[in-house]
Amino acid sequence: MSSEYQTTETLDVKGQSCPMPIVKTKQAIDELEAGDVLEVVATDSGSMSDIQGWADGTDGVELLEQVEGDDVYTHYVKKTER
Amino acid sequence: MSTDNPTSSVDDSESGFDAAEVRALRERVEELEEAVADLDDGDDRKKMTIVATQGSFDMAYPPLILASTAAAFGWEVVVFHTFWGLDILHEEKSTDLKLSAVGNPNMPVPNAVAALPGMDTVATKMMQKKIDENGTATIEELIDLSLETGVDLQACQMTIDLMEYDEDDFYDGVTTGVGAATALQHMAESDVQLLV
Repeated sequence: MSSEYQTTETLDVKGQSCPMPIVKTKQAIDELEAGDVLEVVATDSGSMSDIQGWADGTDGVELLEQVEGDDVYTHYVKKTER
Repeated sequence: MSTDNPTSSVDDSESGFDAAEVRALRERVEELEEAVADLDDGDDRKKMTIVATQGSFDMAYPPLILASTAAAFGWEVVVFHTFWGLDILHEEKSTDLKLSAVGNPNMPVPNAVAALPGMDTVATKMMQKKIDENGTATIEELIDLSLETGVDLQACQMTIDLMEYDEDDFYDGVTTGVGAATALQHMAESDVQLLV
């Protein structure tokens, strides 16, 4: 995994399916400060496309990286200045 | 267009404008520019209105999933529940929504059998089991989540009266006392409108 950034917090949404990974990610991001990086660990394969779509369509977040493992999908989302 | 020195260039008899008129026009332009700027930095959130008309177990999901996801995008969301869709917001009925066994392509029995008493319950149980195994949220969870994230869940007043429901029958936070005109108003202001 890339280490150009430090993960501030980890959100575990393993076992949860659409729309939970997105909704929980949004709620977790709301609790963070600009510059913080949230690690989202999911088992929902749809989260690869959904997190990307959400990050593209949402102000104040930047998708840094998505890592596809064995049935585990890890996403790194940075909270940015609006 | 040459506007480098408008006061002197237009201040002649041919243009038909005198200096006072030009000044008034410039002020008007400034006013309009400000008004346009206000529009730009106004609320640029996307808006979605969903009309939920169905109250079966399967049809309760799409509006709630789309609504809570749209809220995660920061959209302003209204879900107007009317006719059978109202049962989704009914605290008691929402936990007992049924899936129809007849005409359900997932049922392993012919429609003639699916029409027998109790088959809807069987179909619903099967679906509930699948939902549970898949880690899909329950209707109740999605309603709580929607309300928590600022989705405006509206219960059509006409249908409340028609079904002889009481306003207290609904989840806390549900908007009552609204009708078709309110729904239309939201639809007209929305970027996305869906009928489910």
